[in-house]
Amino acid sequence: MKIEGKVWKFGDNIDTDAIIPARFLNVSDKKLLAMNCFVDLRPDFSRGVGPGDILVGGSNFGCGSSREHAPLAIKESGIGVIVAKSFARIFFRNSFNIGLPILESKEAVDSIGEGDRISVDLTTGEIINMDNRKRYSAQPIPDFMREIIMAGGLVEYVKKMGV
Amino acid sequence: MGMTITEKILASHSGLKQVKPGNLVQANVDMALANDITAPLAIKVFEEIGKDRVFDREKIALVPDHFVPNKDIPSARQAKMMREFARRHDIKNYFEVGEMGIEHVILPEKGLVLPGDLVVGADSHTCTYGALGVFATGVGSTDLGVIMATGKVWLKVPPTIRCSFEGRLLPWVGGKDLILYLIGMLGVEGANYRALEFSGHAIKGLSMDSRFTMANMVIECGAKNGIFEADDITMRYLKGRSSREAIVVEDDPDADYERELFIDAGEITPQVAFPHSPDNVKPVHEAKDIALDQVFIGSCTNGRMEDLYQAAKVLKGRTVAKGVRLIVIPGSPMIYSEAIRKGIIETFIKAGATIGPPSCGPCLGGHLGVLAEGERCASTTNRNFIGRMGDPKSEVYLVNPAVAAASAILGRIGSPEEL
Repeated sequence: MKIEGKVWKFGDNIDTDAIIPARFLNVSDKKLLAMNCFVDLRPDFSRGVGPGDILVGGSNFGCGSSREHAPLAIKESGIGVIVAKSFARIFFRNSFNIGLPILESKEAVDSIGEGDRISVDLTTGEIINMDNRKRYSAQPIPDFMREIIMAGGLVEYVKKMGV
Repeated sequence: MGMTITEKILASHSGLKQVKPGNLVQANVDMALANDITAPLAIKVFEEIGKDRVFDREKIALVPDHFVPNKDIPSARQAKMMREFARRHDIKNYFEVGEMGIEHVILPEKGLVLPGDLVVGADSHTCTYGALGVFATGVGSTDLGVIMATGKVWLKVPPTIRCSFEGRLLPWVGGKDLILYLIGMLGVEGANYRALEFSGHAIKGLSMDSRFTMANMVIECGAKNGIFEADDITMRYLKGRSSREAIVVEDDPDADYERELFIDAGEITPQVAFPHSPDNVKPVHEAKDIALDQVFIGSCTNGRMEDLYQAAKVLKGRTVAKGVRLIVIPGSPMIYSEAIRKGIIETFIKAGATIGPPSCGPCLGGHLGVLAEGERCASTTNRNFIGRMGDPKSEVYLVNPAVAAASAILGRIGSPEEL
């Protein structure tokens, strides 16, 4: 599966309070969460982001709280995949559980810039910068995480396994 | 091959004799936890799975503590959804306003988490219970919804970093300073995916409340869990709290650590984490001339009895500087009540503090002390990210309760020794 889109670039240690501040956690409606995604850090994000756009982050992306509202807000905004140098543990797990693909590639993040058009192949992990044809390979997704994605998220996976 | 405490608990809960870092296990959960923010999403997941009953009505704890007493209509709806779910499934450990406090304060207090247990919570500070020798880690709502249905969780066995603190603590130094110092040393992702194990003479002498503070903040350097070996201090704390048996787990002599850190605790002075990251740590004497608008004493990090004692010791007979708002929130009704009996609440009120209802309070910028643009707060909480406590142009400085109290009196960040 390939995702191609415009890059929204962020720095290191983007925490879950920056992704969705706690004052917006009095609801769990995805659309309302998406409206306030990155509201303080990048007020232009929720209005400018389009379906299939790609979020590129630095190291320790999604650190802080366990609020699943953070990956949900990003996914509902239309972001198709996140590429970062590294992810905080709980955010990593939550993203797979809700079916938001995420990949790690240090070199891709270092050279991809804001507004670049890139394509990400979720199966092979290959990332291509469409503007200059440069190619990068991401860390492969751990096998058990891939099983969850193949099933369509953790809920479907559990249903399939029979509870 | 020997195992660490973390590895042993993961093995025993997965029906395995031996596990190694990197192994994937499907573990049985002794206690699953959610709060008024994370439970609504978890309940939706549970209902989507389509199971009639939760896996065990006694092994789920639902605690409304983030936005309660309800701060607005949407929060009231979320709290109501959780209350109705708890009623429908006859959840034994649902705590209504009046009996509830901060989740990570009341679960240990009520004896619901014991040494050797495996606890998973939809809150990143679930790691707090590691202070009791529990394997405890935070997850998201989907994981929690699945756990409520199955009682099981997939976990990857983390490598252990062992942190030995030796030496004698300086005056006004507590668990908060040790953990801030360590986070400053490791950085915010220095222990990502790792278990942090605490040992050494300084740890053996540390009170239970200080241990809770340390375990609480391991997530601030990315750790999956933090863990202490249960000892006499743990057993004394547990006395009379539960009829279940505690299972004391120790490291094997040949346990394998990814790294071992040796820290001279005697060198550590009270620490301050500057905005906007918990690893931006400096000794308190380097925090000169930082004028304050608000001071908050409370939270799952420092809202326990010892914390209130420390603050009261500093505040007794003194008054809060003009223009500074001091907010104190006891972590549970039990702590609140003891603080009243011991005259601590009166000390706070006489000094000019206001007391909030047991809850998370302003820690995450929800209510009960949200900051305006340009305001600064010294806080005993665990995070000082941009906008954590309110306006994105406000600032939060993380400190221990004694430093918080002294700072409220001084009107700027400072140590009790300056008074």
